[in-house]
Amino acid sequence: MSDKPDAAELKEYTEAADAWFKENTVRDPGFMLPLTFMEVSTDEQFDFLREWQRKVYEAGYLGASWPKEYGGGGLHTDFQRAATRAMKKYDAPIMLNAIGNGWAGPLILDLGSEEQKQKYIKGMLNAEDIWCQGFSEPEHGSDLGNAQLKAVKDGDEYVLNGSKIWTSLGDRAKYMILLARTDFEAENKYKGLSFFLNPMKIDGISTSRIKKLTGEYGFVQTFFTDARISADCLFGGEGNGWSMAMKTLEYERGAKVKPVGGYFVKELDVMQIVELAKNSVRGGKPLLDDPVMRDKMTQYMIDIQALNLNNTRRRMPQLMQDKPMGLPLMNKLARTELIRELTEFSLGFQGTKAGYYVGDENAVDDGYWHRSYLNSFSATIGGGTSEIQRNIVAEHALGLPKTR
Amino acid sequence: MNNLGDIGTTEEQIELMDVATNFCRDKSPIDKVRSLMEDDLGYDPDVWREIGELGWLAIAIPEAHDGVGLSMAEVVPIAEQMGRNLLSTPFGSTTIAAQALLAGGSEAQQAAWLPKIAAGTGATLALREDHGDWDLGHVASTGKETAGGITLSGKKQLVRWADSAELIIASVEVDGDVRFAMIERSALPDGALRREAIIDETARSFELTLDGVTVAADALFDGNRTRETIEKIELAAGLIHAAEMTGGSQAVIDYTLEYLKTRKQFDKIIGSYQALKHPTVDNYVEYEKARTHLYSAAHSWGEQGRGEVAVRMAAAQAHSSYSRAADRSIQFHGGFGFTHDCDAQLHRRKAIFDGALIGDAAYQRSKLAGLLFD
Repeated sequence: MSDKPDAAELKEYTEAADAWFKENTVRDPGFMLPLTFMEVSTDEQFDFLREWQRKVYEAGYLGASWPKEYGGGGLHTDFQRAATRAMKKYDAPIMLNAIGNGWAGPLILDLGSEEQKQKYIKGMLNAEDIWCQGFSEPEHGSDLGNAQLKAVKDGDEYVLNGSKIWTSLGDRAKYMILLARTDFEAENKYKGLSFFLNPMKIDGISTSRIKKLTGEYGFVQTFFTDARISADCLFGGEGNGWSMAMKTLEYERGAKVKPVGGYFVKELDVMQIVELAKNSVRGGKPLLDDPVMRDKMTQYMIDIQALNLNNTRRRMPQLMQDKPMGLPLMNKLARTELIRELTEFSLGFQGTKAGYYVGDENAVDDGYWHRSYLNSFSATIGGGTSEIQRNIVAEHALGLPKTR
Repeated sequence: MNNLGDIGTTEEQIELMDVATNFCRDKSPIDKVRSLMEDDLGYDPDVWREIGELGWLAIAIPEAHDGVGLSMAEVVPIAEQMGRNLLSTPFGSTTIAAQALLAGGSEAQQAAWLPKIAAGTGATLALREDHGDWDLGHVASTGKETAGGITLSGKKQLVRWADSAELIIASVEVDGDVRFAMIERSALPDGALRREAIIDETARSFELTLDGVTVAADALFDGNRTRETIEKIELAAGLIHAAEMTGGSQAVIDYTLEYLKTRKQFDKIIGSYQALKHPTVDNYVEYEKARTHLYSAAHSWGEQGRGEVAVRMAAAQAHSSYSRAADRSIQFHGGFGFTHDCDAQLHRRKAIFDGALIGDAAYQRSKLAGLLFD
């Protein structure tokens, strides 16, 4: 955990990472690779991505900056950054274990006990232990603070009853970060919540797959029926569930815990869309000769460039003085809505071909654009809908009063 | 997207941002803005003198001409704060005129004028004409070589702050080519300048009648550098106005937020209604995109290709975000928003004027499309 990286060492590592990803990246395994961890549907996709994450980790390019004693590489953040850059450069597949590495891991490294760090970190890095998230419930989607899944203490165990929904990788996961109600009499709804590192493969927990609007399977509903877990699974103390859940959202910015590296969601490659537009015809002429399509495409280029540059600007305090929470909080809203609009726009290029879907030989790019558009809603709805995001930006960045 | 610009800042930029933030706020409170709207000159000469003394007009002028030797990147934070505080002076028009001189002026022309401008002398450009076309190569005014020099004729419009500029650089057609002619305002006949009624009451502009004006033969810019001069003017103006409009967007959003946080209807602070807060968030997001593009354009200033893409993105995004934020600010202020007393209209009008001057968001996008797709 050195303060400054050794320049020569960093250079050597960077070159090795570049060579490794150049050599080992598989971009077309013969089936469609998911763009996000929420889209993992088939066994072959799951197996491929799990194996890929293990390989990347074992090569030293994931968790390179996490503490060595728990399975990380113990290197300066700049090393992991260099590895992530190499991944992006070769358009490497996503890291699968998003909830583990992006949410649970930083929380455990920040606040967990020595025993918990020993138990969980390595297994989430090598993708042996897949993690999922149990926040939303069938009756409480956006209103997370009102979660009702019941956790009742019984000796040195908790007994769980209720249901969680929209659980990505829920049927494959070994652990779930779970928000449950331990106190129904608490002075407010938030204080009755507790946070658990919950084992999934036990009696009383079952999952049922949910078919998505794309026609694929990707997430599940999880049912808890008198499921008994050890009281050791409680994390952060009874009644602190809401603050633990909110904390998991903070780690994304990497301020407290060094980022694990890699990415769980692929950035949309805008040049791919420009190519599609360039190769499309309208009235016998190139589509981009059409002034309306041209203007719209240009506006999207402006939007994409702004959001990409925002990622750099976020790390420039000199350009973040006014409303410092604005850029970090608006990112999800702006990015997910843009991807939805852009993928929808791409359908308009296809003329009659817009009628085809995945599985037909006449579909443009095997139906990639249709599937991307339909899947884009997972991001505008999941993780807090765009409408909730607007409330968050309004209240926490602009200082407007709460809606309720 | 590797062919597009990056973002970064310089130390000088950040220092100037700090100084300009305080200066513009202190020198341009809103009651002063409104009193200057009624004033003939339209700006405070003392403030203009201070701007000259601070060296802000010298920033992007080379040291050889008594300038600071930095670039337009360092002018951006100043113009941004001026736009934010509606601080009107000939700063923008003078800066753009200096850039035109740098691009197309001869060594002697530069030596004669740049040191004066660096010290605080006003200059401006006379480019626009009755056809209303934003294309700077579309010029109907003419210059004819005569025994006494170049005799000019035609009318130029939207010549900003012309009555206090010592130098006016006008585009005219000479022998079928677009050329730039340097006119000293003191040499203009009486009545050559007519103050125009423009939508932005915080600015001043004039129609310039060229008929009867003759300039010396050596008052023309280098005829081989007309294209570069036009490009430089477009980019410098695009950047300066993008900066002003971005600052203006920030101001009008803050002004709206202030109202949404204090005004009550149906016993509730109106900012708690999602019908108002959600579009305000959307406008805020557009503003932050504009600011990101602005500092990307500043960072890419002077880079071939990338520089123009970045400036046009900044100008397009600034104009659309400023227009929309100000439009919604009028609406969200309700009945008060319809009055002249509500500051939202000042911004709405300025956005229209700035778009008219440099080309609105749609025009910027049409130029961008050519750079991106063809």
